Amino acid sequence: MKDKVVLEMKNIYKSFPGVLALQGVDFTLCEGEIHALMGENGAGKSTLIKVLTGVYGKDEGQIYLKGKEKAVVIRSPQEAQKLGISTVYQEITLCPNLSVAENMYIGRTNNLFQNWKKTNTDADKILKMLDIVAEPTQQLASCSIAVQQMVAIARAVDMDCKVLILDEPTSSLDEQEVEKLFKLMRNLKERGVGIIFVTHFLDQVYEVCDKITVLRDGKLVGEYEIKDLPRVQLVSKMLGKDLDNLSDVQGEHSVYDKDNVTVPVFETEAIFSNAGIKPFNFHIRRGEVNGFTGLLGSGRSECVRAIFGADRVLGGTVKKSGKIVKISKPIDAMRNGIGYLPEDRKGDGIIGELSVRDNIILALQVLKGFFKPFTKAEANKFAEEYIKLLGIKTASVDTPIKSLSGGNQQKVILARWLLTHPEYLILDEPTRGIDIGTKVDIQKLVLKLASEGMSITFISSETDEMLRTCSRLIVMRDRKVVGELSGEELTQNMIMSTIAGGEKE
Amino acid sequence: MQTKDLKKSKISDYFAKLFGQQIFIPIAALLLLAIFNLIADPSFYQITFGYNSVGDPVLSGYIMTIIDYGSELAILAIGMTLVTAASGGQDISVGAAIAISGSVLLRILCGTNSRPETLQAPIIVAFLISCVVAMLFGAFNGTLVAYFKIQPMVATLILFTAGRSIAAWINNNELPIISEPSFSYFGGFIPGIPIPSPFFIAMACVIVISLVLRFTNLGLYTQTVGINENSSRLNGLNPAVIKFLAFVILGLCVAVAGLIKVSRLSSINYSVIAKDIEMDAILAVALGGNPLNGGKFNMTASILGAYVIQFLTTTLYKFNVQSDALSAYKAVVVIFLVVMSAPVVRDGISTLWKKIKIRLYVKEVG
Repeated sequence: MKDKVVLEMKNIYKSFPGVLALQGVDFTLCEGEIHALMGENGAGKSTLIKVLTGVYGKDEGQIYLKGKEKAVVIRSPQEAQKLGISTVYQEITLCPNLSVAENMYIGRTNNLFQNWKKTNTDADKILKMLDIVAEPTQQLASCSIAVQQMVAIARAVDMDCKVLILDEPTSSLDEQEVEKLFKLMRNLKERGVGIIFVTHFLDQVYEVCDKITVLRDGKLVGEYEIKDLPRVQLVSKMLGKDLDNLSDVQGEHSVYDKDNVTVPVFETEAIFSNAGIKPFNFHIRRGEVNGFTGLLGSGRSECVRAIFGADRVLGGTVKKSGKIVKISKPIDAMRNGIGYLPEDRKGDGIIGELSVRDNIILALQVLKGFFKPFTKAEANKFAEEYIKLLGIKTASVDTPIKSLSGGNQQKVILARWLLTHPEYLILDEPTRGIDIGTKVDIQKLVLKLASEGMSITFISSETDEMLRTCSRLIVMRDRKVVGELSGEELTQNMIMSTIAGGEKE
Repeated sequence: MQTKDLKKSKISDYFAKLFGQQIFIPIAALLLLAIFNLIADPSFYQITFGYNSVGDPVLSGYIMTIIDYGSELAILAIGMTLVTAASGGQDISVGAAIAISGSVLLRILCGTNSRPETLQAPIIVAFLISCVVAMLFGAFNGTLVAYFKIQPMVATLILFTAGRSIAAWINNNELPIISEPSFSYFGGFIPGIPIPSPFFIAMACVIVISLVLRFTNLGLYTQTVGINENSSRLNGLNPAVIKFLAFVILGLCVAVAGLIKVSRLSSINYSVIAKDIEMDAILAVALGGNPLNGGKFNMTASILGAYVIQFLTTTLYKFNVQSDALSAYKAVVVIFLVVMSAPVVRDGISTLWKKIKIRLYVKEVG
């Protein structure tokens, strides 16, 4: 067994300013093994991969490779490649306008002259061997994404690769393409290549992998044989909740029953967007807090983005209080009383160089119209009111938002939407990366707003938080809605088994 | 002692704040040039009162030249600032577009005859039509940038290349000459007023844009789109429309500058009119400390920047720099000014200032 080990990483530490990204992680990979590396966002998967491929240096720890007595030092991706460690990323990193063969051999010789005829025959040989349906002379862009990915793998394999890292290779592939990729992976496995497979798709892990290593919060949770680890166990390990001693947090769910209207405030029917989610039905009542849950990449955000018109909606209808409304872009949603706090605060939320004041009034100002700007006094009044209400820590209303801390930036965006007095507020990861105190503040605020009649959808990676605030959870897996939980069913166990799907303990 | 310390720190705080201000750079450049001229040759500031060939009172001197020629640049800088802020790129077809709008103006004033005795149409009508044409060309650029997502410089390269030919074609490559004296008022002097009219036109434009910025959300929307396009969309804006609008507004500025340009000569030279003016307009924006990759802008700083550029050009002329060599000299000064106005350098200076302050303080205490 021991001599089959091709890669061993021992006691790896890596820290970034303010974060311990990896704390004493061990990882072992054998020849002819497909090894899944699992963990939620921020667990340290990509940091571990980047340490292994030399993108980051490590603070502590050793990396051993088969055939090398001493621990190896990997300082750059080129060095990693020389040692036989290749990576294929989610995004294709080849040159689409070159031919398949050129892509496979580019940058690999230092010779000025290249025998293209030989290159083409060599490439053909490898492609045939790996059963990849592509001509060496074909332009890469004319191949499907899956084939492009396989060409990237072929390139890696041909460079005498012993360790192949596949970082989320399947996220842009459809089912048949995934099947082809798996065939190739099994083929390589038989040839003795060790494969590290990083993915968010549970089904795929159970279909193709032999072993699973789970990381959480930069620490190693454990290494398991696939047959010893049922899905539910895996999910609970990733989320960090042991099934047995779960003390279920039951929240003080919002109770709003001033009017007994049975028609939901908002309702969707078979809506889907270009972000790749399957059509889903959804509804929310007045004063209700519900949530989308599921692992990262399961399509939680994409669902709410479709409702808000942030992605291009390809089909389905949205009804407001029973009447069909047309929402094709965010402004339509805003006019119908929807607010959306996006997941990516930096990329989609803040207007970095503008002041806190401008950031707060922005959405309401857009609703009010181009020719009706608020006076400076009005804007200041709004800004100061919400700075006080949410306890935003800022030097003044004129401070650029980018100089605020993450939590305070988030509160500013929250203030922006609260100012529009939405009937329906969507909060996508409102508490990510902010301190505990602020988290609790936001949770309390959500419940308070709901008790005043606002409908809220709350999305969070932390199930605790969801259980505390939501009275109904829509569970997603692999971009599909797979279940809905409410009342008695709202427990960690139920959530996890629904996320895992398939089997039950 | 206590109060003295306090006072000192207040002053240095004030300076640190001043260095951080965007408008500091064009003001500093203006002062630098002014002082240089004052030392080198005070006659630079001489303004003489006289009469021109028609017998109207005029003021002349280098300062008047700056006010005169800086004004057309200031008008263009208004539009260029908006385009830069919204699209994160620049329009390099401004000079060619001026040729087109000037050509349209002359064509309508002259009708079919290139040397008319009387105007064939009222000047205001001709001007309004040239505005529409210039805005259409602005809309063309805007469509390429906003809807086809072409890099602004590449998109406007098309008109930059074709514009002067189009201008010549509009007038069948003839050189119309307007003999009507009232047409020359716009680029020269209005009888009885000794200050050049372009200055008044520029001031009118400045007032209009400041009213627009005050009473609409143009400023907020443009900056929002320029800083974070994704976010602007999620807040209900349509980034494409805002970018398009910026180019159309620049088109309007081009028409006004075109009127001044053709009025100066009462004629047009298709290949020379407003040559390289786009570069000066872009420089004015840069000199105003506005980031050329879009986002936040300061209109006052841009307009001031335009006059600084003209101040520089006039200073170089004054010192008899040959017109061939002018660009090279200008480049040297511009490199300095642009580097100084780069946000990196500005931040650097203000941190340096803080460090010096701390060191001084430590010395004093120790």
